[in-house]
Amino acid sequence: MKQRASDNNGVIIQLRGVKRVYEVGVDEIHALDGVDIEIRENEYLAVMGHSGSGKSTLMNVLGCLDRPTEGSYEYGGEDVTEMEDAELARIRNERIGFVFQSFELLPQMSAIKNVEIPLLYSRFGWLGRGAKAKKSLQRVGLEGRMTHRPNQLSGGEKQRVAIARALVCEPSVLLADEPTGNLDSKTTKSIMELFDQLHQQGQTIIIVTHEGDVAGHAKRIIRMKDGKIYSDMPAERDKAANASSGAVPEEVQA
Amino acid sequence: MKRLLNAPLLFLRLLYQSTYLAIGQIWAKKTRSILTTTGIVIGVASITTVIALLTGLKKQTLADFEKWGARTIWIRHTVPRTGPKRKIDWWNLRFWPEEFEGIMERCKSLVRFSRIAPRDFYTPYVVRYGNKAVDGVNVTGVDLGAEQIVNRPVILGRPFSKLDNSEGRYVCFVDVVLRDKLGLDKDCIGDVVLVGGKSFVIIGVVDIVPEQAARWTGGGQGLEMFIPFRTYLKLTGDRRPQMYAMAESVSTDLSEEAVSEIKFFMRSMRKPRLEPGEPDTFTVQSVQSRVEQFNRVSMMMTMVAGGIAGISLLVGGIGIMNIMLVSVSERTREIGLRKAVGAEKKAILTQFLVESLILCFFGGLIGLGLGKLLTMVIGKVSKSEVLAMAHIPLWTIMMAFGFCGIVGIVFGMIPAIKAMRLDPIEALRHE
Repeated sequence: MKQRASDNNGVIIQLRGVKRVYEVGVDEIHALDGVDIEIRENEYLAVMGHSGSGKSTLMNVLGCLDRPTEGSYEYGGEDVTEMEDAELARIRNERIGFVFQSFELLPQMSAIKNVEIPLLYSRFGWLGRGAKAKKSLQRVGLEGRMTHRPNQLSGGEKQRVAIARALVCEPSVLLADEPTGNLDSKTTKSIMELFDQLHQQGQTIIIVTHEGDVAGHAKRIIRMKDGKIYSDMPAERDKAANASSGAVPEEVQA
Repeated sequence: MKRLLNAPLLFLRLLYQSTYLAIGQIWAKKTRSILTTTGIVIGVASITTVIALLTGLKKQTLADFEKWGARTIWIRHTVPRTGPKRKIDWWNLRFWPEEFEGIMERCKSLVRFSRIAPRDFYTPYVVRYGNKAVDGVNVTGVDLGAEQIVNRPVILGRPFSKLDNSEGRYVCFVDVVLRDKLGLDKDCIGDVVLVGGKSFVIIGVVDIVPEQAARWTGGGQGLEMFIPFRTYLKLTGDRRPQMYAMAESVSTDLSEEAVSEIKFFMRSMRKPRLEPGEPDTFTVQSVQSRVEQFNRVSMMMTMVAGGIAGISLLVGGIGIMNIMLVSVSERTREIGLRKAVGAEKKAILTQFLVESLILCFFGGLIGLGLGKLLTMVIGKVSKSEVLAMAHIPLWTIMMAFGFCGIVGIVFGMIPAIKAMRLDPIEALRHE
């Protein structure tokens, strides 16, 4: 799977002129208004922006949960825009790992059973799913908590289980939507260290966040406003650029 | 090859997965699941109980039939529904005793025959012995050999002789109940009782018969007295009493043959005369046809129970649909998550369909258990041998599960489709 993703000069994700328009009554809302992004293998990317900036919509489109109204989206060289629902489901299953703000663990299942969920829907992961889930939990440092249910785990542990679940199918991209939004600062730090570690192991990571500290871990930062990207640069330059324009660049621009 | 194998394997896997998920879900919501299936439980329990009881009844009935009356044939007079005699009063079409003369010679498939004049308006029914009187006795006039046709063999003394009948002698059989009520000795042969002002010599004692046998031949439960047919005519002074006749065929196989012979014979003997093509003014009925009649009745009862079961299943199905809709709405986020991590529409659809199916099967299983229990309890409480033989036949079990399956799929479909169509983004945002 990973080799297919790198066919195109290491480019995994290519968005060109992507628009997403919602119709609310007679109004049209341009949640995404012409977005171009290229994401290469092993990038560590943060998407920043206030609520309503379109970052969630971008996240949904990147995660193949939503289709662009206009423009093209190629994932590992395949045109996602034209795909059937079933194919999109396959891509989500095999190539994208989701991490959500509120973990989305199923309460009646143990940690390992939660991690197994994506394997249930996978073409290749069905056999030996227990071992795979165990391995994934080891990667996030939770091998001692496999049989615990979500209500027996701390917030940080829950998110680790969710990350293990996202990693279990060995996706080419890990997509995290406000992964630390429900965690305290200490736990946030340890989760972000885990992301750093995964990145060092070669994992491509996209984090959607509005927290500067979290984005600070990424190597590249994309800033969004009103459905458009207004800043896309390596983290060091972003830091410099935003240092000069103040801590809250959105407000300055407005 | 691998691809070819993949499709059915994927399907089986999907089914296995869904079952696994569904059982987990049902287990997690035990109380709710049990309550939800009540309708199904009642439906299945009612139909299986009724069918089980009927099966027991049928089994016993057929066994009794073999044992007591497989060769018995009844001959009764009736008013035809069509033809010139349809307007004649039933009473005026009753048999004449002479109409049966020569029947044994003409009907070769018969081994025994007897006219039977049961107790009617003119028959005395008070029997006296010494200063004792017993009221309400069934004094019945019969021909030779009747005691064998009606399953009341003479346990003491002797049967009627030809002379007893042709001479119209005042002799009789009494059954053991009547004997004891009259205060007669165990051996009462030769004792004299008074009936209708005539003295009858007891020449034989007959036993009462089990209930099962009575169902096939009638009577036999006590307070019976049999007298020769001719004597009966003399006693009542009635030349044309209300009567019917019973016969016994040589073998069960020849029973229908015997019926035809009797019909042919009776047509030539009936008074008023029957023209060719005119409908019969009598019926000849073998036990076989009574068994068929019994089958029709039991079929009707099954259908009534089936109707009740159908309504309960319908209501139960709506209950299942309701709870599945609740479940889908409660688990919206779960569905969103599953879709996000790659569950296809068909996987979600199958998961919920299988869940409703398993709920229904589960209800069916409880219903069967309850039906079994009810059957056993009824068998025990009623103390009836017949109902104790009741059991739930395999086809009923399979049919019950079949219907549960249909209900599960039909009523699970709408919630499952609702779940399938959920948009993952919306679903994950659901509170």
